Amino acid sequence: MEIVYVYVKKRSEFGKQCNFSDRQAELNIDIMPNPELAEQFVERNPVDTGIQCSVSMSEHEANTERFEMETRGVNHVEGGWPKDVNPLELEQTIRFRKKVEKDENYVNAIMQLGSIMEHCIKQNNAIDIYEEYFNDEEAVEVMEEAPSAKTINVFRDPQEIKRAATHLSWHPDGNRKLAVAYSCLDFQRAPVGMSSDSYIWDLENPNKPELALKPSSPLVTLEFNPKDSHVLLGGCYNGQIACWDTRKGSLVAELSTIEFSHRDPVYGTIWLQSKTGTECFSASTDGQVMWWDIRKMSEPTEVVIMDITKKEQLENALGAISLEFESTLPTKFMVGTEQGIIISCNRKAKTSAEKIVCTFPGHHGPIYALQRNPFYPKNFLTVGDWTARIWSEDSRESSIMWTKYHMAYLTDAAWSPMRPAVFFTTKMDGTLDIWDFVFKQCDPALSLKVCDEALFCLRVQDNGCLIACGSQLGTTTLLEVSSGLSTLQRNEKNVASSMFERETRREKILEARHREMRLKEKGKAEGRDEEQTDEDLAIDLEALVSKAEEEFFDIIFAELKKKEADAIKLTPMPQQSSPEEDQAVEEGEEAAREGKSEEVEEELA
Amino acid sequence: QAEVEETLKRIQSHKGVIGTMVVNAEGIPIRTTLDNSTTVQYAGLLHHLTMKAKSTVRDIDPQNDLTFLRIRSKKHEIMVAPDKEYLLIVIQNPCE
Repeated sequence: MEIVYVYVKKRSEFGKQCNFSDRQAELNIDIMPNPELAEQFVERNPVDTGIQCSVSMSEHEANTERFEMETRGVNHVEGGWPKDVNPLELEQTIRFRKKVEKDENYVNAIMQLGSIMEHCIKQNNAIDIYEEYFNDEEAVEVMEEAPSAKTINVFRDPQEIKRAATHLSWHPDGNRKLAVAYSCLDFQRAPVGMSSDSYIWDLENPNKPELALKPSSPLVTLEFNPKDSHVLLGGCYNGQIACWDTRKGSLVAELSTIEFSHRDPVYGTIWLQSKTGTECFSASTDGQVMWWDIRKMSEPTEVVIMDITKKEQLENALGAISLEFESTLPTKFMVGTEQGIIISCNRKAKTSAEKIVCTFPGHHGPIYALQRNPFYPKNFLTVGDWTARIWSEDSRESSIMWTKYHMAYLTDAAWSPMRPAVFFTTKMDGTLDIWDFVFKQCDPALSLKVCDEALFCLRVQDNGCLIACGSQLGTTTLLEVSSGLSTLQRNEKNVASSMFERETRREKILEARHREMRLKEKGKAEGRDEEQTDEDLAIDLEALVSKAEEEFFDIIFAELKKKEADAIKLTPMPQQSSPEEDQAVEEGEEAAREGKSEEVEEELA
Repeated sequence: QAEVEETLKRIQSHKGVIGTMVVNAEGIPIRTTLDNSTTVQYAGLLHHLTMKAKSTVRDIDPQNDLTFLRIRSKKHEIMVAPDKEYLLIVIQNPCE
């Protein structure tokens, strides 16, 4: 139904100004209710409506502004003297004081206050209310707390174009500062305009780095000198070694000449323990390990080529991607290569060929981290491809302990300086794993997702509590680990060392068996005295196998007894039987072993 | 005058007392057994604190008033006895 209102205006009046006037309201249309329409509707009874009776709340977000703080001090000066007295003039002040002392008020006040004061002084002397009442009770050690870690601080790269944090180094005294090296490790994909600065951060101030180090090419590694905390050593992307003195400023103090430097990015730089505190060595993927003295950086003092065929050919050399040096074993060092082989070297060998002592087969990919256990230097940890492995120097054919294959590539690892059985690993999916193999061997004791991007490096502070990890976007996260993971547990050293020894022995036994097998193969190929040697070898093999079995069971029983004595709950040792073992061992032995392990599990349960 | 001397001497001779000082309402040290710079520092700081403590007590209950203020720190105890015009400050090392 249309409602229309029509009005008429003369054409001559178009465009005329409007004259407004008041008038009464006029009723134009009146629509009466039509009850017949109501029959088209049905009344609905009951009607469901939803209501909620609750406190109405609103959501607000607040983000505090970053607070800039400055420390200031106040100097107290004497004041309050009346105008006629000059505080510096001794006579005037003395005169004033004498005047006050003659005042009657003063005398009364002092008498009164004096008596109150004496009362309190005597009280203090009579009883010390703050004394230690329960000296004998020591805090009960909480052993069963769950391991945890929490993020304390995050240091972001202040540059616009983000670079990856490739290396971290803690300040040697007091650990209040952290040096972070930033660079872009993607080959030739460094964005234009990327700054080559690296920073030293003060832990108290995450907003602004304390000092910027400006090399000519981005730094891949950075290390504080443990003897002189003002000196830093950096390895550049272009192969040079640079040295800074923080007292002198951000520019490079010493730089190695480009002709004698490495030809690839320097992936490892470590300071040596020397009397002068100025010696260091570096390794790079061009296959060379060079020793330097920072006072004379024009050329290296020594160069060793990582050629395992011992012919010193640079073409055959393996690129070094991690370097390891322990100050307690000053003549030995280890190099982890891109090809996955670990080379153990002796610096003091007479000829360069003898510098390379032995090799370990390593991983399927580059060895990104290599570190000796600070408590048991014969064992070292390596990380590469998707596993972390622990090796013993005595067992050269395989690692003694290893983790399962993970979903993401492992990028860095470090031992805890306080506990021999704890180590940390970082992965490309941004997680930090904390492994404690006296607690659990198959999985990490704690796995934390630190950030969404890949974590590239990790460094533990000397007290074992703080861990810094650097990510692909240059964010360094500082985490604090729960005290259970950073304090030495009772008996841990013994347990860890016995685990290492047990695994080493197991590997040795396997190695011996492999050797026997290989000899047997050789024997077969040589023909003639086949049967005899076969029999001999067969008998030897059997004797060896039964001997191995006995030893194995002895070890298990000893462990069991020790476990019961300590009352520490351990999960049973993973029964990792390699495929070669299957071939060599008769089925009877395997069945017996499995039967024994069931018994073991039953006893433990 | 003599009694004042005697009182102050007696206080100073108590066991553990390190120093005594009398400060007036303006913060001027009238009498002190410590060196000038320390005295000035204590006088200035404790004056403010006593005023604050007094006003706190008065705020909570207007009929109440501050009679004594004791600050126990790790090293020693600072005791302040306030008056209308003066402050008596004693620093004691409470030995057990």
